[in-house]
Amino acid sequence: MPLLFILFFFTLLISVSVYFSRSDALREGIVTVGSIVMMVLDVAFCAWAFGAAGYGDGYLSYFLPETAAVNAFNHVIMAGEIFLFLLITVLSIKHGKWYCILLSFIGTAPVLWLDLTGRAVENAPMLKIDSLTILMFLVVGLVGGLICIYSNGYLHDYHHHHTDVEKRPWFFQSMLFLFLTAMYGLISSDNMSWMFFFWEITSTISFLLIGYTRKEEAVTNSFRALWMNLLGGFGFTVAILYSAFVYQNGSLMELISMSEAKAGIVIPVACLAFAAFTKSAQMPFSRWLLGAMVAPTPSSALLHSATMVKAGVYLLIRISPLMTGNLAGVMVTTIGGFTFFAASLLAISQSDGKKVLAYSTISNLGLITACSGVGEPAATWAAIMLLLFHAVSKSLMFLCVGAVENATGSRDIEDMHGLIVKMPKMAFVMTVAICGMFLAPFGMLVAKWAALKAYIDSNNVLLVIFLVFGSATTMFYWGKWLGKLFAVLHQSETLRDIIHKSEWYVMYMLTALVITLCATFPFLGQIFIQPMLSMEFGVQVGQIISSDDVRVMLMMLIMIALMPVLGLFLLLNRKEKMTMSYMAGANAGDDRHFVDAFGGIRPSYLSNWYMDEMFGEKKILIPSLCVAAAFVVVLMILAIGGAIR
Amino acid sequence: MNEIVMTVIAIVAFVIFAPIVGFFLEGYDRVVSAKLQRRQGPPFLQPVYDLIKLFEKQAIVVNNFETALVLGFTIFTIFSGCIFFAGGDILLVFFAFSLADMFLVLAASSANSPYSSLGSQREFIQMMAYEPMTLLTAIGFYMVCGSFNVSDIINQDVPAIVRTPGVFLGYCFILIIKLRKSPFDLSTSHHAHQEMVKGLTQDIAGNVLGILELGEIYEEVFLMAIVALFFITKNPLSYVVGVAASLIIFFIMIVIDNVFPRVKWENMLISSWGVTLALAGSNFLILTMLKIAGI
Repeated sequence: MPLLFILFFFTLLISVSVYFSRSDALREGIVTVGSIVMMVLDVAFCAWAFGAAGYGDGYLSYFLPETAAVNAFNHVIMAGEIFLFLLITVLSIKHGKWYCILLSFIGTAPVLWLDLTGRAVENAPMLKIDSLTILMFLVVGLVGGLICIYSNGYLHDYHHHHTDVEKRPWFFQSMLFLFLTAMYGLISSDNMSWMFFFWEITSTISFLLIGYTRKEEAVTNSFRALWMNLLGGFGFTVAILYSAFVYQNGSLMELISMSEAKAGIVIPVACLAFAAFTKSAQMPFSRWLLGAMVAPTPSSALLHSATMVKAGVYLLIRISPLMTGNLAGVMVTTIGGFTFFAASLLAISQSDGKKVLAYSTISNLGLITACSGVGEPAATWAAIMLLLFHAVSKSLMFLCVGAVENATGSRDIEDMHGLIVKMPKMAFVMTVAICGMFLAPFGMLVAKWAALKAYIDSNNVLLVIFLVFGSATTMFYWGKWLGKLFAVLHQSETLRDIIHKSEWYVMYMLTALVITLCATFPFLGQIFIQPMLSMEFGVQVGQIISSDDVRVMLMMLIMIALMPVLGLFLLLNRKEKMTMSYMAGANAGDDRHFVDAFGGIRPSYLSNWYMDEMFGEKKILIPSLCVAAAFVVVLMILAIGGAIR
Repeated sequence: MNEIVMTVIAIVAFVIFAPIVGFFLEGYDRVVSAKLQRRQGPPFLQPVYDLIKLFEKQAIVVNNFETALVLGFTIFTIFSGCIFFAGGDILLVFFAFSLADMFLVLAASSANSPYSSLGSQREFIQMMAYEPMTLLTAIGFYMVCGSFNVSDIINQDVPAIVRTPGVFLGYCFILIIKLRKSPFDLSTSHHAHQEMVKGLTQDIAGNVLGILELGEIYEEVFLMAIVALFFITKNPLSYVVGVAASLIIFFIMIVIDNVFPRVKWENMLISSWGVTLALAGSNFLILTMLKIAGI
């Protein structure tokens, strides 16, 4: 256990020291070394926790008796809550966004009142470590640490290109580490007040990171993120209050272990789910995540792949045993399934790389949400797998797009035409990441497959329909991106590699992680996920994907790995004749120009299809948000009203 | 042990005999089409001659990746067919097929020509149009037979079609797209009257094109075997029914091919999604209701 505190306070320490080191070299040194040490500590902690929890049985929970240290920490948390409230107040007044003060107040005040008046439940377990926590620690620590290292090189180039942005990299990187600290706190806490505190920290930091450039658009978007997340925080507060007054309980674990039949359990569950919707950017709260794209890429990568949005679905996965066959479950599956489909439709019409990534994040989170709402072990298994695969592949995608943007000056997918010639290494890394997102036998598809089976078995027709259509549209937008990368431009030069070495190391590490995850997911399931689910749901959870299928997929993985070898072999023994691409005989010397009707030479431009008139944002965004909002309102009323009656 | 031997035999049989069945279907297509158009038409074995000729030709490529990607398509198509005939998981079969298709589209994208590029975009739309239905086909089998494994699906007392007529019709609808038949032969066509020359396969030539055509023949056999799967039960006679059904459906495909003009992609996407939802979706809904009711 000391390792947990060392990890927590070490990350906090890095955050503080980065903030105060204003020289570039010193700061970058601290970030690199700090991240590496943090990752080592993280793995060490996970190994210890795994050993202590024992293979396949149980979890560690820590009651942390009312010692002076815990009391002191409670006071720190109270002070922290007040500080967050004041910070939001000051910034809101400065920018004239008064409603955020109100939202922050209604979220924070009740919890503070609970603590100050001694109504908080005593002797509740404060921490809980089980195999899901361990997996989350690995994701947050490893992916987060790698992103922090990457941010060094990225910020250097970023400020080189964006001279209009005030240079405050110490602030940015310090916030990244603070964010990781909060995530560590969030995923190891069992006490809901503690969780809520860390939850609010992540909301606030994401708000600060999004507003990093201080441009008007960034400020607007950051406040949008803030009010949505604060609204969600209010949902969390209601859940805490309800649990404290009705059940005299402040522990999430105990809430979960309560029998489903317990009167009114739907109420806190629905409120927590509501909080998770905002954090995980489910429709109708999806717009903050798109707005968050104005921030420098490392923050997008961190917020949208491994940490912030994962906090929401983490909470949903935790409470998923309480959602079996009740209205809260219906709400979560409906919103999740709908978001999965609608966001993947919206992604089709986007050509900005980061926007596609944003929509696909929303879409995938929808799938995870839907899985956790089913409340069956097999579906929750899929949710956890999706969470892992998505975290790794998506962070890699973000880092790739960021690096391409720094190297070529554009993050538009159209401008990635012919990347396989211009930046071969980048094209390879991106191909792995994209395949990891949707193609057999890579990760996400395996989880999607498990999800599909679970939906059918739980008789959820609507979800199955959302899933089959959503996966078709998902294939479309990823597929055409992949096609862009593969276009071979003749007589095109390889671009000079100006991407920092450290960025490459990070991207290679993540690529290796994607591939390793694909090859080892059955073991992960067996060692970590199935025992945990067996305990949470109280039934024995066996293999989710049969070993025959796993064997076939491994064969496919090996065959795909051999494809480049085959290609090389063909290249070395080539007997083919090389020619130009067909342009109806009007090629003007190469395959990039043609002779027009007047004899002039014109460049040809090949574009992907975006089908704006059918799938454009203008056409579907507002209707989708309205439908989702209606779903949330109606189902919340039904769930809570039904429970009160 | 016996099971493994049977699996190996099934795989070997598929790899060897599928081209023969495929050539039969292709020849049948040529002859029937010619009769429908009141022309003499080529001999029955013309597809075989065509392929032999293609393999004798020199490969002409436009870049270094094309050949490997086309090979990827054919290898994975055969591989997916093998999973199917070995009695494997039908969902996995479909997933493996989409991987194979992805290789084909990437080969076209890599060519960087206007026609190939247009063909690849249209192929993506076609994939988007038929994907939901293929998944629902697998789900339909699962609802009826309680398993995704082909080996279990063929061991039923009652043919699957009895309870999945909607799924069957939906599958036949997207079969038009998958077999590249008019009105849905948007990305490339077997006919000469394509408005964008050869589309998807424009920049693939010579024996590389031969490899591609071979892959498509394997795919065709697999697609028609799914039609048969709807009819197959424990009873050996049902195999005859299945084959007959496949032939009839294939004949209908040829007629459709010759009767309908090509449509725009919007029409294809909307009609195939509509059909999927209306036929397969409602079929699935009813099956689920029956399951909940315990019937």
